[in-house]
Amino acid sequence: MSVFEAKEIGVSFGGVRALHDVSFSVETGEIFSIMGPNGAGKTTVFNLISRFYDLDHGDLYLNGENISKISPHEVAARGIARTFQNTELFENETVLQNLLTAHHTHRRTSFLSEMFFLPKVRRQDLSFREKVEDIIDLLDLQSYRDQRIDALPFGARKIVELGRALSLEPELLLLDEPSSGLNPEETEDLSFWIEDIKEELGVTVIMVEHDMNLLGQVSGRVMALNDGELLTIGTPEEVREHPDVINAYLGE
Amino acid sequence: MRFVLKTNYTQDINLFLHNGQRFWYGLLIAALIVAPFFLENFYVGELTYLFIWVIAGAGLMLLIGYTGLVSMGHAAFMAIGAYAHAVLFKLGVPFLPSLLMAALISGLLGAIIGVAALRMTGIYLAVATISFAFIIEKVISAWRPVTGGHRGFIVPEPVMFGLDFGSDLAFYFLCLVVVIAVMLVVMNLLRSPTGRAMVAVRDSEISAQAMGVNLVQTKTLAFTLSAAFTGLAGALYSHKIGMLFPENFTIILSIKLLMLVVVGGLGSVHGIVFGAVFISILPQLIAILRDFLPTWLAQRRGLEPLVFGAILMFFLMFEPLGLYGRWVKIRSYFTQFPLYRKSTFKRQKSYLRTERVH
Repeated sequence: MSVFEAKEIGVSFGGVRALHDVSFSVETGEIFSIMGPNGAGKTTVFNLISRFYDLDHGDLYLNGENISKISPHEVAARGIARTFQNTELFENETVLQNLLTAHHTHRRTSFLSEMFFLPKVRRQDLSFREKVEDIIDLLDLQSYRDQRIDALPFGARKIVELGRALSLEPELLLLDEPSSGLNPEETEDLSFWIEDIKEELGVTVIMVEHDMNLLGQVSGRVMALNDGELLTIGTPEEVREHPDVINAYLGE
Repeated sequence: MRFVLKTNYTQDINLFLHNGQRFWYGLLIAALIVAPFFLENFYVGELTYLFIWVIAGAGLMLLIGYTGLVSMGHAAFMAIGAYAHAVLFKLGVPFLPSLLMAALISGLLGAIIGVAALRMTGIYLAVATISFAFIIEKVISAWRPVTGGHRGFIVPEPVMFGLDFGSDLAFYFLCLVVVIAVMLVVMNLLRSPTGRAMVAVRDSEISAQAMGVNLVQTKTLAFTLSAAFTGLAGALYSHKIGMLFPENFTIILSIKLLMLVVVGGLGSVHGIVFGAVFISILPQLIAILRDFLPTWLAQRRGLEPLVFGAILMFFLMFEPLGLYGRWVKIRSYFTQFPLYRKSTFKRQKSYLRTERVH
C-alpha cells in the first residue's frame, strides 16, 4: 500500500518552472530516494510536502488523505518529519531541548495547566524525556546531550537533526541530503541508522541524496529529476544506467 | 566546582537543580520578607518599584528574549494596565478583580497587536509597536472624561478585603507576592511545551513549523502574555505613583523596558531581575554623574535618554548576553580557577543555514 502519493505536482517561481508534472508514490516501509543535478527540484519537492510552498497544480496524499492545502504545522501533526540540507536547529538550546521540542505534536496539556505545572504536565514531560532518551541511545548522542547546538561540529548537528525528526515519531521521514558534510565514516554510520529507522521504527523514508554509494546501499527505489522534470523511477542500478540520467549529469 | 549527579529525569524538570540553589533562593525570599522591617521607608519604596520592574520585565522578556519578537512600545501596555485598573477601581470594582481585569484588558489588546504583527519581524515590528504606543498615548491624553487627560487621574488608595494597603509596608508585601507568582508562572511556562514552542519560533520559524509548532498561536500567545504581565505591572505602578499622566508612559519608558531585557540578558530569567535592578539604580547613577559633568552638559534635558541609548549600544556590541552573561563568565572563572580559559565562551561562527524558504 502506498503511504504517500504525489500526483502531477508542479510549481513555478516567477518564470522559473521549478517542478512540472511530477508523480510518484511511496510504499509503506520503503526507502525512496530522489536524485538529480543541482537545481533539479529535489528540495522543492520537500518544501512542497512540508507546505512551505503552495502547489500550483497537482495534489499530495498521505494515506489517501489530501494534504495539499493544510498548514505547515498540521503536516507535522500528521506524522511527516523532515531535516534540512544545511541544518536548521534551535541554535541557542541544548541537544536535549531540541529533541524535546519535537514532541510538540504529542502535547496533550493546555496552556493553563502548564502555567501551574500541574502533575500531568510533569508526567507528560517525563514520558517525552524517556522517548527522547531512546533516540539518544539509538544515535549515540549521549555525550552531546547537554551541549548547546552552536558549540557542536557540523557532523554532530546533522545527526542531532535526524534525532529531532525521529523524536516527532513520524510515519514518513524526509531527509534532505543527510550525508552532505559528513565524512566517510559518519556516512557509513548513517546508512546503518537509516536501515535501523526503517527496520526497527518502521518509518518510511524519502531521501534526497547525491552519494551514489549510500543510495545503492539503502534505497529501494530512486527517482531521478532534472530541470523540474521526472526522468525515471527504478532501482538504483536501473537509474544509474538510464541514458537520460547519464545525459543530465554528463551532457550529450 | 559542583558536579550534580543526575539519577532521575525529574532533576532536569525541577526548578532548582540542587539543594544549594534551594538554600540561596530561600534565603533571598526570607531576606526580602524581613528587609522592610529594617529599611527606611525610602528603600522599601525603591524595592517596591524594583518588583514592579521585574513584573513588567518578565512580560517583555517572554516576548523579546524567548519568542524573538521585538516590541518598542511596551509602555503602552503599562499605561493600559495602569489606567484600566485605576478607572475600574474608582468605579467600585474590588481591588483584586480590578487588578486581574486590568491585566486581561491589556492582554486582549496585546493579542490584537499580536495578530496584526504576525507578518512582521525585526525592525518592522519595532516600528509598528512604537506607533501603537504613540496611539495609546494620544488616546489617553484625548479621552478626558475617562482618563483625565493631561490634568491627570488620581488613583484611589488600594483597599483589599477592607484592609488598607496604602502604606509603603503593606504595598511592598502585595507586590512581593505578585512578583513571586509571576516569576513562578514564567518559569513553569518555560519548562513546558509552550515555552519550548516560543524558543523554537525565536531560533528558527521554519524548523518550528516543521516540528508542528503553530506560529500564529505561539506568537499571539506570546504577545498576549507579555501584554498581560506588563499591564499587571502598570496596575501596581499606578498606586505607586498615585497620579496618572500620559507623560508617565512615553517612549522613554518603552526604551527603559527594552533596556531592562537587553542589559539584563536576553533569554534568561535571571536577566529579568538583573535588568530590573539595573534600571532601578540607573537614575541614581545618572544623578551622581551630573555632579561630575560641566554645568552646560549636566543641565541638558536630553541627558537621560542619551545615557540610555549609550548603554543599550554598549551592551549590544560588547556583551549581547547582558549582565547575566557577564555573571556566568565571572562565576565560571572562580569555579574553574585556575583553569579558566578565555575561549570557553567563544561561539563558533555559524554554519550556513538552510536557504530561507520565505
